[in-house]
Amino acid sequence: MIKSSNLLRKFVDIDSPRRWLLLALIRAAVVIICVVTAVFFIIRIVPGDPAKMILGEYSTPEAIESMHHTLGLDLPLWEQFVRFVQNLLINGDTGSSIISGTSSRELIAERAPVTLLLIAMASLLAILISLVLATLAATHKDRLLDHMIRIFPTITLGMPVFWVGLLLILIFSVRLGWFPVGGVGEGVTGTLHSLILPAITVAFSQIPTLIRSLRAQMLEVLESDFVVTLKAAGIPNRVILMKHVLRNSALPTLMLLGVNISYLIGGTLVVEQVFGIKGIGSLLFSSISKRDFPVIQGIALYCAISVVIISLLIEIASWRLDPRTKGK
Amino acid sequence: MKPTLLDLPLQADDKNKRIINRILNTPSLLVGSIMLIILVGLAVLAPFISPYHPSDQNLYAILQPPSSEHWLGTDQLGRDLFTRLIYAARTDLKIMVLAEIIPFCTGVFLGMLAGYYGKWIDTLITLVTDTFIAFPFYLIVIIVAFASGAGQRGLYITFILVGWIVYARVIKGLSASFRKQEWVASAQTLGIPGVKIILRHLLPNVLPQAVVVLMTDMVGLLVAIVTLGYLGIGIAPPTPDWGTMISDGQSFITTAWWLSAVPGLAVVYTGIALSLVGDGLADLWRRK
Repeated sequence: MIKSSNLLRKFVDIDSPRRWLLLALIRAAVVIICVVTAVFFIIRIVPGDPAKMILGEYSTPEAIESMHHTLGLDLPLWEQFVRFVQNLLINGDTGSSIISGTSSRELIAERAPVTLLLIAMASLLAILISLVLATLAATHKDRLLDHMIRIFPTITLGMPVFWVGLLLILIFSVRLGWFPVGGVGEGVTGTLHSLILPAITVAFSQIPTLIRSLRAQMLEVLESDFVVTLKAAGIPNRVILMKHVLRNSALPTLMLLGVNISYLIGGTLVVEQVFGIKGIGSLLFSSISKRDFPVIQGIALYCAISVVIISLLIEIASWRLDPRTKGK
Repeated sequence: MKPTLLDLPLQADDKNKRIINRILNTPSLLVGSIMLIILVGLAVLAPFISPYHPSDQNLYAILQPPSSEHWLGTDQLGRDLFTRLIYAARTDLKIMVLAEIIPFCTGVFLGMLAGYYGKWIDTLITLVTDTFIAFPFYLIVIIVAFASGAGQRGLYITFILVGWIVYARVIKGLSASFRKQEWVASAQTLGIPGVKIILRHLLPNVLPQAVVVLMTDMVGLLVAIVTLGYLGIGIAPPTPDWGTMISDGQSFITTAWWLSAVPGLAVVYTGIALSLVGDGLADLWRRK
């Protein structure tokens, strides 16, 4: 008995990396369980009968009852929950669409690629633009350029992303004719070309936070001993900047983007609406207007679970890669 | 010489002067406050400033460019854009302030509870915030706002549900750091009950930080209100709102771009004003 508890204590030793990993995994798992429970209860917390919302205000009691039966709402709550979890674990699904009868997993999988591509492009752009601006600000510290770049977050904080998207459409699509006004183009180049403006729009909402912390990060690296040593050794500034400072700042940027992944996904859903892109965002809005609860639940669940997993992966990656936390 | 009664107001004057001096020495606070005062002034005095009513239609003068008669032109129904802009400020700013009250109070209180007591309260609150944060903000806002019915009621319900998280997170960390300080320990040894320590001693210490967060959070809230209006699940027409104005103007983006651009600028203006005030306050308290 004593031996086994000692063993356990050894396994979960305070300084052991295993314990850290185990705790991180348990925490993510618990959050996912909470997320699933929250999604299940979403349509029950909200005031109003979902059957009535689907069928309309003046539906007959019989119709409402049969809709309750279709949705499984006539079962006891715990049984509904067991069924919901069962379906989720076995099929990865939250039920079939009330409108089309297709499983919501399939509907989401069909729309996911373009949204994922948009998120990837936006992340890439956000990283590139903020790296360039933060480098310029950090290397021109307290000079005009630095001040101009530092004002940028204050101005952009209150910019609604959909409005930025509209202005970009006005300037680059309507006036200059460089990009299509909306929709997604044909083929690989067509798709990428039509997603450039939406990606810039989504990236725009991320850039202010990224610049703020990247600039601080870079200043720290620029003033660190090893950069001073490199400078003293006569290595040109440009080489130091490209080879050492940028490399040291890339990881924190990625981490920060991971922290913001939730906002990034949310912003993407709205931006899709502005540019008429048929991704998860437009699926969400069409499901909402048709009161298609299983699909709405599916979107919420898939988004939240990806956020939890991505944050966990980035947390683990940064902990493994950062030499300062290696011994932790 | 004994201090006379005459000296007393002088001291008060001195104190006021010092506060005013401090504010004058914080340019961001000064500029931000002036911008806010102008905005609130326009919103409050809207009926006296504009000769029109926000829903007055004039089908003989639709989609007019800015002129001396209509300072910012007219929309597709011939409504005066400037009038709608300042009336919309009334709606949006009112909701922004009112919707912040409950989340601010609950968030600060829960944050203090979690930070001060730690242990299972902390674990529980952290779990709830982690769960909420996993959902993209706009996803939650859109679903809840839609489900609780479009319009202002939906906006309030949404923000009561999700708005407190930012405060809870920030204040929790802050309270946890205060807990380890001597004055908390001495209050505890004196036998002062926990709730009293939290409200009497912890609250005044975390409040400045909470107010700074409030300023940035209001910007985010305003953007969310406007976004929901734009998506058609926020403030319902005919109540003027910057978001619905932008979405109304979207159809005329090729011919009358200012219909969408100007209401957006109003949001950006408010955002700059609030973040300047927030930065300024943070500066002011840091120097103190």
